[in-house]
Amino acid sequence: MKFLCVECDQQMAFAERELPGDGTLAATFKCPKCGRVVAMLTNPMETQLVSSLGVEIGGRTIPAEPFEMIRTNVVTGGLAWSSDAQERLSRVPSFVRGMVKKIYADYAKERGITESTPALMDTARAELGLEGM
Amino acid sequence: MRTYHQLTDPDRSGLADQIGAQRKRVAERLAAVQRIVAVMSGKGGVGKSYVTAHLARGLARAGRSVGVLDADLNGPTIPGLLQVSPTVQPPAMGLDGVKCVSMGQFIAEGAPLAFTGPAAESFVWRGAMEASALREFLGDVEWGDLEVLLLDLPPGMQRYIELCDILGNPPAVLTVTIPTPESRDAVRRAMRAAVDHGSDLLGIVENMVGGELKGTAGDDLAAEFAIPVVARIPWHPTADTWDQLGARISGARRTTDDAR
Repeated sequence: MKFLCVECDQQMAFAERELPGDGTLAATFKCPKCGRVVAMLTNPMETQLVSSLGVEIGGRTIPAEPFEMIRTNVVTGGLAWSSDAQERLSRVPSFVRGMVKKIYADYAKERGITESTPALMDTARAELGLEGM
Repeated sequence: MRTYHQLTDPDRSGLADQIGAQRKRVAERLAAVQRIVAVMSGKGGVGKSYVTAHLARGLARAGRSVGVLDADLNGPTIPGLLQVSPTVQPPAMGLDGVKCVSMGQFIAEGAPLAFTGPAAESFVWRGAMEASALREFLGDVEWGDLEVLLLDLPPGMQRYIELCDILGNPPAVLTVTIPTPESRDAVRRAMRAAVDHGSDLLGIVENMVGGELKGTAGDDLAAEFAIPVVARIPWHPTADTWDQLGARISGARRTTDDAR
């Protein structure tokens, strides 16, 4: 997918990617000649389709971790994630996201908790000494 | 206005490069695997996973280093057949020293394979998710040096086609059928697709022989595709049954130089 600034007849350059946390994606592109910026907004289904390919809009800065897609996207069956918790988890860098998710899942499982929420994540962080995760 | 191919500036997302990197990762990971064999059938319930697991064990008992990749993502049974813990980091070590990876190692026992994401229109992306999971199984498991990697495929052709795409080279195929004409007809379609994709057909395993299931599917398919019936598995096979199958597969012909 490429974007063309029709007025300048210039290919627009990728500028920034944002994940608002509601399953959508926003990617901005800038015309190198006139500076006009446009945003491509994808709905959750479109975002998921891109994610399912194991690629990242804007390019990868860090190589994929082993089983990154599986650990990030497969429901393990042990713990449900509220939308707020999912949003928060999506802000964790992808290369450690699977590990962080597992830490919270194990924490919840040990306590018989079936849903991960931001409050649970706060509690787990405090108890496990995981500030910053 | 210029068209897509007329825009030649570098694409910072580099999606094509990212896909290329994924393929390279798989190729590098599998470089130490001498031979890849897909165990497949166009029919469900013929015992593919059972044959795969026991063939792997037979090969392992003969001193071969063997791995099994459970490509049946929605109905993983290899961990149970090889008696590996579902929580062990892949590759797990199963009976007779067979290494394996399975979706069963990632999801809770009894849980269906489900993905996070929007429930609506999941048919659009679910197939791609499963193909990505298969790619990660192929590219992320540290098998070490393997003489044989067996791929246990689910019924149908979808996973086989994904496999061909991910591997770049079509894998050699071992076909499993039961004696019935219904099985023969379904398996024939799968074998034809495998031939069309360029796979080397190693032979046919006719499973569940000698019981209530009547027919000559094994012989019919062997004659049609000019390949051997490498085993007829009775209802109560012994270790010898599988050891003999392992020996035959080890010595099976390779009709293409690049078939692994």
